[in-house]
Amino acid sequence: MPSYLTRRQFFSLAGSLPFARLLTGRARASTQARVVVVGGGFGGAACAKYLRLAGPSLDVTLVTPQRQFVTCPFSNAALVGLRPLASLTYTYQRLRECYGVQIVHAQAREIDPIAQRITLSDGSTLAYDKLVLSPGVELRWDVIEGYDAEASTVFPHAWQAGSQTLLLRRQLEAMEDGGLVVMSAPETPYRCPPGPYERASLIAHYLKTHKPKSKVLLLDAKDSFTKDRLFLAAWKRLYPNLLEWVPGAQGGRVTQVDTRTGIVRTEFDEYTPAVANIVAPQRAAAIARAGGLDAGMGWCSVHGGTFESRVHANIHIIGDAAIASPMPKSAFSANNQAKVCAAAIVALLRGEPVARPVLMNTCYSLVAPDYGISISAVYAVENDTIQVVPGSSGTSPLDASETTRALEAAYTRSWYANITADTFG
Amino acid sequence: MAKARIKVPEVVKRGAVFEVRLLIRHPMETGFRYNNVGQKIPKNIVHTVRCMYNGAEVFHAELFPGIAANPYFSFFTTAEGSGELECVWTDDAGVTTSERAALTVSE
Repeated sequence: MPSYLTRRQFFSLAGSLPFARLLTGRARASTQARVVVVGGGFGGAACAKYLRLAGPSLDVTLVTPQRQFVTCPFSNAALVGLRPLASLTYTYQRLRECYGVQIVHAQAREIDPIAQRITLSDGSTLAYDKLVLSPGVELRWDVIEGYDAEASTVFPHAWQAGSQTLLLRRQLEAMEDGGLVVMSAPETPYRCPPGPYERASLIAHYLKTHKPKSKVLLLDAKDSFTKDRLFLAAWKRLYPNLLEWVPGAQGGRVTQVDTRTGIVRTEFDEYTPAVANIVAPQRAAAIARAGGLDAGMGWCSVHGGTFESRVHANIHIIGDAAIASPMPKSAFSANNQAKVCAAAIVALLRGEPVARPVLMNTCYSLVAPDYGISISAVYAVENDTIQVVPGSSGTSPLDASETTRALEAAYTRSWYANITADTFG
Repeated sequence: MAKARIKVPEVVKRGAVFEVRLLIRHPMETGFRYNNVGQKIPKNIVHTVRCMYNGAEVFHAELFPGIAANPYFSFFTTAEGSGELECVWTDDAGVTTSERAALTVSE
């Protein structure tokens, strides 16, 4: 083959030759395979794209109710006005036009794992050979007394970015100087382990800049959290009187809210904040719990190497809805799992062995606009379960210079630009 | 930092049932863990908790290593008279700690 041919020219040439006749039966099966991906976030969108890249002949349909996707990463920055929400908003245009993913805007309602088809909110059905579920989380309305969907229009959770982010932002902006902001953080597992602490930090930064007599009180169900030593040291330095963390052992667990009277209660105390942000406990979104996929646990158990459900064959679950522990429920993890899952599905459809994957994750957090910290790890699959590669995990140093923190903030922004480009095209 | 938090309503009607909440700060070492140089961390858990209402025991619990750090208790008792609720607990190191809360009973 002449070396000056590009890959694209080679494939177009290959298509014009009678190569098709050389395809084996198994390969033909893969050309006809239909893969349906449910969920248009960092897991679903990336998986649909990489399925088409790894298996260009696959029929890939992405099912997502929203036409625009607002990312949770950087929504804490949008919350306090560091960047507009529009800059966190993506469409599926490039997935459709550049990668040939079919996009269906509907909610997936039911799964028939035997007949291998799903039913959508518009009543139509989609048959699949392989189904990928990446629907993310839903807030639980049955844990904190008085906190339900209606209450979240008064005390926002803002844990799914979009209108909830804007609502909380308006409340912070409307608050008078001297006001109390109460935040709650749930027990693990939940979406984005460092998220509540980054949010509390950036709200404190906003208060320090605009309303310095105010305070943010972070009521936590837990006694420790990811990167806690880094966060606590930064808070002491940057926000000494503006941010207070109340761990579970000091009565930080929020048990009840009353939006009518504006009260937030813990096991021991009662607060009447100017703004309340209730990051309620979560579970896998409804479609990932359909047909017992979560085995009653609220989250879906999967095989480590393929992300195929341990309950039903030919259904793969990635992202926040899956139990991929020790990987955290993060956008980085979801995107990484999407690629591993796409490669596994293509191999399975071709009847080829599935490669043993190596996965990785980094969670960046901004403590201030120019103060970034991170935690990273590499994961391998042993005995069908995901495990941290010994010696691979670590955090930012505790005693780093301001320059290092500023650099990590720049890495955080770069990471965001890269992962959104990778996911949405 | 306080060793515990105890919460009772400020005022309760005589004869009414009220809730007492107690949160003890304690590592509850099971005795099964090793430190970073491979030595066993000795077992040290709160093994007994008692709560007295004006001197009379209204709650008694015996704990075992399965109980997580910072144990939380909640129980109900009947308001009989103004006074105080005293909770006392002892751990394997022999340390006995107590915490009190005042209660006013209205007619």
